[in-house]
Amino acid sequence: MAETPRDTGNWAKPTSTLTVTDAPAGAPNLVEGKRLLSPVQGFGKMWQKTYKVGLDGIETTPQAVIAEWRDNFASFWPKGNDFYPPLTGLEPGEVALIKAAGPGGMKFKTGVMVLYSDDESFTLMTPEGHMFAGWITFSAHEEAGRPVAQTQVLMRAQDPISEMGLAMGGHRMENRFWEQTLANLAAHLGVEEPEVTTTVTCVDRKRQWSQAGNVRNSVAIRSTLHMLKPGKKTAG
Amino acid sequence: MTEATLSMGVRRIDETASVLDIQGDITAFSEEALMDAYTEGAGTGVKAVILNFTGLEYMNSGGIGLLVTVLVRANRAKQKLLAYGLTEHYREIFELTRLDEAIGIYATEADALSAAA
Repeated sequence: MAETPRDTGNWAKPTSTLTVTDAPAGAPNLVEGKRLLSPVQGFGKMWQKTYKVGLDGIETTPQAVIAEWRDNFASFWPKGNDFYPPLTGLEPGEVALIKAAGPGGMKFKTGVMVLYSDDESFTLMTPEGHMFAGWITFSAHEEAGRPVAQTQVLMRAQDPISEMGLAMGGHRMENRFWEQTLANLAAHLGVEEPEVTTTVTCVDRKRQWSQAGNVRNSVAIRSTLHMLKPGKKTAG
Repeated sequence: MTEATLSMGVRRIDETASVLDIQGDITAFSEEALMDAYTEGAGTGVKAVILNFTGLEYMNSGGIGLLVTVLVRANRAKQKLLAYGLTEHYREIFELTRLDEAIGIYATEADALSAAA
């Protein structure tokens, strides 16, 4: 009989659509029943963005950093953005809801599923109705003799509207968002003057026009309609 | 886990197909080994690159990200990217991450080679 792989408990179980359970009352639930999208199903150019902060001057381990980050994930987000974690925590397969500031003062209502989680990293995957299709991995490791915390995004804009939004300030906003998040994490851990570095690589310049139909789940359209709708759909 | 624990073998099956034999772990730290193997396997005339996952022992989300990068390179070169030897567990991960929609998955090397032809 084959051995059980070491990563067995780290991955979410296969699921075709998202189900939100135990979300806080009032959290905007626009992801119920939505499918997950990897960068393969996205529309726009594919980007890999890596944000890093050196945790200088403190005694810690990658495991301790990730435990602290995972347990207090929402508290490190920049002001004006809300992350509603599942009551059971960021465990594989759990869904968190999001209300985030977008370009032009818009509020995007979406969510993410915890795709993977171990002692040194955890990964969130986006569903239909998010600005981008892809993964965000939060990790910590030793680099040049010091602990480092890192956020890495592998993504394509989900649809043509999101692609345009990212080009018109959305990428810049996203960069600032994760830079601020990492600075907040580092400050929380006791780093006095955290310095965040950002590396952006265009992995694929080609847009996938075959995925342009993702626009039917456009986060911009759905969030706007949700804002205008009486008796908004919320979890809880 | 910051050390690469992946070793790759490259077999040119014929003029149009290569097999990349994966042995060990695929994580974000496997980039050099995986990309070097792809570069070697995807030489002139190759129409299909086949990933042999029989020896895969561990994969995290960083590893899945690397496979997406290999897929982009294969698409750019107009090559098929195929896979075989995935256990049920790793098949489920391909399904969960929807990579199975872009990387053809087969039970055996012979099946993958037939699909590549």
